[in-house]
Amino acid sequence: MTPAQLGLLGATFLASAVEIVETFTILLAMGLTRGWRSTIAGAISAAVVLVVVTAFAGYTLLRFIPESLLQLVIGSLLLIFGLQWLRKAILRAAGRKALHDEDAIYAEEAAAGRAAAARSFLGLDWFAFVVSFKGVLLEGLEVVFIVLTFGLGAGDLPLAALGAVLAVIPVAILAFLVRGPLSRVPENRIKIVVGLLLTTFGTFWSIEGLGLFAGDQESLAWPFGDLILGIVLVGWIVTARCLIVIMRRAPTETAHLAVDQVP
Amino acid sequence: MRYLWAFVRFWYEFVVGDDWRIAAGVVTVLAVGAGVVASGNGSGGLAVALYGALIVVFALPILAAGRHRGP
Repeated sequence: MTPAQLGLLGATFLASAVEIVETFTILLAMGLTRGWRSTIAGAISAAVVLVVVTAFAGYTLLRFIPESLLQLVIGSLLLIFGLQWLRKAILRAAGRKALHDEDAIYAEEAAAGRAAAARSFLGLDWFAFVVSFKGVLLEGLEVVFIVLTFGLGAGDLPLAALGAVLAVIPVAILAFLVRGPLSRVPENRIKIVVGLLLTTFGTFWSIEGLGLFAGDQESLAWPFGDLILGIVLVGWIVTARCLIVIMRRAPTETAHLAVDQVP
Repeated sequence: MRYLWAFVRFWYEFVVGDDWRIAAGVVTVLAVGAGVVASGNGSGGLAVALYGALIVVFALPILAAGRHRGP
């Protein structure tokens, strides 16, 4: 496996793991308060929808869109998405934004589960089914987006999908063992790593895709080929680190939040 | 129409998020890059220059927001 493939697998694994942790928080809250049968039925239904969406969108994009255009569009979307993710992670690490709190989300979902009236449909608890379905679908859409953008950008959709599938395993094992909120997962630290990876690959592919506007429509060549990925990553790490330090030093009324979260 | 608007809004919030200036900066940098490539001056040096410009358009809105207000 080449370093670029390893990066692809690692990026989709980590990015998906973060989303899957959020999904399992909802599923655990529903399963433990409303019962597992309807919760699992809702989750599986949403997973089927997501697999169909991924296969259909992946096939359509690969079949009908030229490679350089795909690189430019996919790379640009991934870059904007990654920078948004990185920005939030930097603000959290600098204490300017509240940390993602799985305990609070779990408590909120569990309270909603206990309060909701029982309503049966096709032998299922409709509330648990719908909440699980929506939770898996919405968080899963982010995973689909990541798998498609990484997979199509790198020209290796199966490897990107493998990273997402592998991410389910450790989170599911942890959820089974803990049977409660997954607050021990260092989610906020993983998010900054994911933001850096999304941004790095997005930078690489979007600039490469500008070759679409050249006479021969060949991808724009970076110096050092794929090795430049490491240099681009280091550049974004240094940028993120500098921004965290600067933001921590700038005085605000909320700068006391989570100052120990710098990776 | 309401569903179409909700669909567009969902994807806007999903991809662009809270700070549209970063997305606008990225589009501007890539548009300038596209112009340079179209004029026949695409090279590895341009790729590195665009990368530097992306860092700037990312950092500036964050620093500006940090200077003026909290979260």
